[in-house]
Amino acid sequence: MRVDGKGLANREKVVKFSFGGKSYDGFEGDTLASALLANDVRLVARSFKYHRPRGILTAGSEEPNALVTIGSGAGQEPNMRATVQEIYDGLEAHPQNAWPSLERDALSVNDLLSPFLSAGFYYKTFMWPKAFWEKLYEPIIRRAAGLGALSGAHNPDRYERAFAFCDVLVIGSGPSGLMAALTAAEAGADVILADEDSRMGGRLNAETHEVDGQAGAGWAAATLQKLGEMDNVRLMPRTTITGAYDQGTYGALEKVSHHQPRRAALPLECFWRIAAKQAILCAGALERPIAFPNNDRPGIMTAGAVRTYLNRYGVAPGKSVTVFGNNDDAHRTAHDLAAAGVSIAGVIDSRGDAQIDGDFPIYTGGQVIGTEGRLGLNEITVRHAGGQRTIRTDCLAMSGGWNPSVHLTCHMNGRPVWEPSILSFVPSEGAVPGLTPAGAAAGHMSTAACLTSGIESAKIALQALGLKAKTIKAPKAEDGAYSIAPLWYVEGKGRAWLDFQNDVTTKDIKLAAKENFRSVEHMKRYTTQGMATDQGKNSNVNALALLADVTGRGIPETGTTTFRPPYSPVSIAAMGQDAQGDGFAPQRFTTSHAASTARGAPMIEAGLWYRPSYFPAQGETTWRQSCDREVKMVREHVGICDVSTLGKIDIQGPDAGAFLDFVYTNMFSTLKVGRTRYGLMLREDGHVMDDGTTARLGENHYVMTTTTAAAGQVMRHLEWVHQALRPELDVSFISVTEQWAQFAVAGPKSRDLLNALIEEKITDEAWPFMACGAATVAGVKGRLFRISFSGEHAYEVAVPARYGDSLFRLLVAQAEALGGGAYGMEALNVLRIEKGFITHAEIHGRVTAFDIGMERMISAKKDCIGKTMAARPGLVGEDREQLVGLKPVGNIKQLTAGAHLFEAEADAIRVNSQGYTTSVGFSPTMGSYLGLAFLKNGRARHGETVRMVDHLRGIETMCEVTDPVVFDPEGGRVRG
Amino acid sequence: MRLTCPLCGDRDRREFYYQGEAVMLERPAPDAGAEAWDAYLHLRDNAAGETQDLWFHEAGCGSWLKVTRNTVTHEVIQTELVAK
Amino acid sequence: MVNLIAKTPCHGLLPITIGTVTLSEVATGPITSVSPFTGQEKSVSDALKANHGTAFPAPNRTTSKNTARLIWSGRGQALMLGVIPDVKGAALTDQSDAWTHVEIAGTGVADVLARVTPVDTRAMKRGHSARTLVQHVSVVLIRTGNDRFEIMAMRSMAKTLVHDLERAMTGLAARG
Repeated sequence: MRVDGKGLANREKVVKFSFGGKSYDGFEGDTLASALLANDVRLVARSFKYHRPRGILTAGSEEPNALVTIGSGAGQEPNMRATVQEIYDGLEAHPQNAWPSLERDALSVNDLLSPFLSAGFYYKTFMWPKAFWEKLYEPIIRRAAGLGALSGAHNPDRYERAFAFCDVLVIGSGPSGLMAALTAAEAGADVILADEDSRMGGRLNAETHEVDGQAGAGWAAATLQKLGEMDNVRLMPRTTITGAYDQGTYGALEKVSHHQPRRAALPLECFWRIAAKQAILCAGALERPIAFPNNDRPGIMTAGAVRTYLNRYGVAPGKSVTVFGNNDDAHRTAHDLAAAGVSIAGVIDSRGDAQIDGDFPIYTGGQVIGTEGRLGLNEITVRHAGGQRTIRTDCLAMSGGWNPSVHLTCHMNGRPVWEPSILSFVPSEGAVPGLTPAGAAAGHMSTAACLTSGIESAKIALQALGLKAKTIKAPKAEDGAYSIAPLWYVEGKGRAWLDFQNDVTTKDIKLAAKENFRSVEHMKRYTTQGMATDQGKNSNVNALALLADVTGRGIPETGTTTFRPPYSPVSIAAMGQDAQGDGFAPQRFTTSHAASTARGAPMIEAGLWYRPSYFPAQGETTWRQSCDREVKMVREHVGICDVSTLGKIDIQGPDAGAFLDFVYTNMFSTLKVGRTRYGLMLREDGHVMDDGTTARLGENHYVMTTTTAAAGQVMRHLEWVHQALRPELDVSFISVTEQWAQFAVAGPKSRDLLNALIEEKITDEAWPFMACGAATVAGVKGRLFRISFSGEHAYEVAVPARYGDSLFRLLVAQAEALGGGAYGMEALNVLRIEKGFITHAEIHGRVTAFDIGMERMISAKKDCIGKTMAARPGLVGEDREQLVGLKPVGNIKQLTAGAHLFEAEADAIRVNSQGYTTSVGFSPTMGSYLGLAFLKNGRARHGETVRMVDHLRGIETMCEVTDPVVFDPEGGRVRG
Repeated sequence: MRLTCPLCGDRDRREFYYQGEAVMLERPAPDAGAEAWDAYLHLRDNAAGETQDLWFHEAGCGSWLKVTRNTVTHEVIQTELVAK
Repeated sequence: MVNLIAKTPCHGLLPITIGTVTLSEVATGPITSVSPFTGQEKSVSDALKANHGTAFPAPNRTTSKNTARLIWSGRGQALMLGVIPDVKGAALTDQSDAWTHVEIAGTGVADVLARVTPVDTRAMKRGHSARTLVQHVSVVLIRTGNDRFEIMAMRSMAKTLVHDLERAMTGLAARG
């Protein structure tokens, strides 16, 4: 219910939302949790395993119970915490893990079965028969024990990534964060202040303390305004620092529009990487519950959360509230509620000597030993110094003390240390380089101590930055002592919950210890304590205190589990950061792309490039028809193919030739100017890296061609060789792949076609096979290479890329006039298979020069990369699988790539494999399928019959082993 | 992770390509023998502690870098150009 | 004789204005990469200074005089824009058609860039440059004014560059 005169929500602005199909009113500034409590809705969820009725436990991102699904349909978001979900007009929230309804959940039968569902139950029970696990047990368990569900549809929401840089990142905007940010900013540092909350100010918004003579929330608002007006301060509300990484990098999740109705183009979340020279952790502290019997009923909340609902949202979570704690801080809840006119049914303090004032029943030395109320708390049983009694109450505020939020200090392997004075862990010194914990996160428990700690930690950061802090005085604030005595759990009849989210009880921890899962890490995994969305924020310390007790060790000896990123859940979509669709990877388009797609050419990806697969002609219904026609066209007339995607590297310098001699197996320093040579490049381990032609354009000027796929790798390799191994060579290289649009003009009529376009007269004398040089193409200065990847008389003509589109259209038009036309990757592939030319299908990384029959290309006259290792035992010899051609000879005429080769009569099993196919295609020229393959001792086996078996596709073909070069083995066509 | 490129300055890890240990800088002579070449290509210390490895500023200036760093603390101690 | 028709890399893609930010194509003129040979760094720089008024730029910097601009573009390498360099002792390579060259300008342009590039553009001063990334695309980024940057990327990636920048621009504009 709302409490008049309390809270920071805007009561002028009513917000309408729905939960579980029912409409409610709230106010602007409410979370879903505060608005539901204002409407007296206590039951909001069913628990993970036992389907126990659950309410709201906390008022923050650590909430383990109140998980809901927001929205419906494709964009629905499961497992959203009601305690941080801001309401807006039209917000639609749904309960999870309950069917048919929250009130009558069928699977609550699990709760009755609980004696059988203890820790390790699944491991022990569903072991046999083995096959049942995947098909039967797991699906059933998954359905029963679940959180919310995704829609299964494509996520329509948009996500974003961003980078930020700052001198000082202040994490958390409570009293210490505000003072740290102010101190750093006034010294001139570039400051980012980030807080997961929509309203900055931390617990100042949730408490009634005064700061500097005014309400804490008012002081926070004024300080934030001051910070917001400074040019060197960026405020990032709704932004959770999710992880601390190397070199001052912090991950951060900004919730951009969870608090509004969806709008097109507006990102839902933005994932930030913040590079901070210094960081100050002001993440505050989280209150821990007490594990007493049946402590999980709706209406039982942490004491601090009850104050948050009262002071920040103006909501009393109950009409008659009880408070149960082991520390003085808990008493504030009773005082604040009483001052607001809410009835207090009792304050129970476990400490016999607790000092409590107030006009309400007080039970010192007391413990809550039981609760009642099926769908919500209505009664508790208290055992205290004076005896035992029951109290009617609809809200119990509990406090087992506060745990500093040390999480980020653990992300780089730091281990927090036990601090007996606050009965909790504090960050270890230097856990994250450049990060200083401050305020409650460092174990300071009063407002005054937090304010001072903020200033002091900012000074540490400023000193590291070489900046001088201005004199700044901490504002006046409460400085009460934090008095606490241990109380982790209460023995009694009934289960006492530690981890509400995973339904882990004190009994489970005891069982784990009994079954010898005594290490805290083993206990965690055996019981699932501390897993799921809250990652044990509420429960870890209690659980390991209990484990320490039952194993007879102290808490420091027992140790903690490690907190890992993210601090709170981050959706996979947010981590994907819009890297989907066209944002997944860059797309590289050739200059002929538009003309090719206009001709209906389907595109095939080659690395990042898009290349035309084939160019369908009228009447053609399959790709094979187009491919066969294009192959014949090149063999008989002339074809045009865009080859701009091949890597082109401009190499200049007095030592260019010597450099090429070192990276290629063969000689390039001896190549004549105006000539082109095929080159083979090895890796240092002796395997083939890449191949291609290199043209010598001038005495000290070469242009190297790489394959499309390996262009980046080759460039990196050349830089490596030059910078690391041969820095004395005076050579310089730069990619010119993008500068030139280059087209293959291949076929018997290629020279006729080019002579009509190129000013220089092309003759066999002026342009013999492998010639290269400048050429004027339709008035544009270009380059011409007489090289061939088809085995035909062919050229490659290059012009500056701006003319690529125009030249492609022109070449294709001219080719068509000569009975030819454009050809795509399919035809290109068939043409080169007919000629036995290799691609990266063959030089796939495990292949040597010997394997492809090119070992004679490794020059004996010089050293080169890979030469030594190419000669090592094992990389040459009869046992190697060697490149051969294959031709079907039996009834089955089909070849497939990736199939294995066997001797004709051998079993088609792994140990009998003689090799494998790498490239296949139907050759219209030869009227047969042709294949390239690697076969053991293959060069000596030409003429033999082998059996190709494709286990995957179920194809078996008898093949004749041939020379890889099937078409025009003398090479007359290319020279003619 | 961030690396300071001697030319470009402090940069995000995504701009760099990782190669492996800096022993790759000490290429043996062609006749150094099988053991030397095996060690050069295939044997690595994989130290827990200070190591030197090679990074290529591929999405930056194109420099190969020798980086001294600690694999336990993740501290980056020094970055140098491979080519002086 | 037929004439070949020239097309710019962003033909049909630009300009676009979203919110307060405009993305447009820059007509660059000639682009030549300049890489001094060993020991020629100073003489090349002096010649560039004498002939064009632009010394060889230090890493992450640019130099300019009239229409001539020299932009540091990597280890031992700069791009000369606007005029064709007249120097000896350096590898000179025509790159006039290799680059997509765009300008992004307007209030909030740093926020747009913060969504696509992992460098701190706020720390770049006018005339500073960086070799870095725009999303996955390798670029030369140059600050040319208070709310003004130029980006050069591979020609073939023009569409992706525009896509990635446009996406960042719409996301920011939608925040209102």
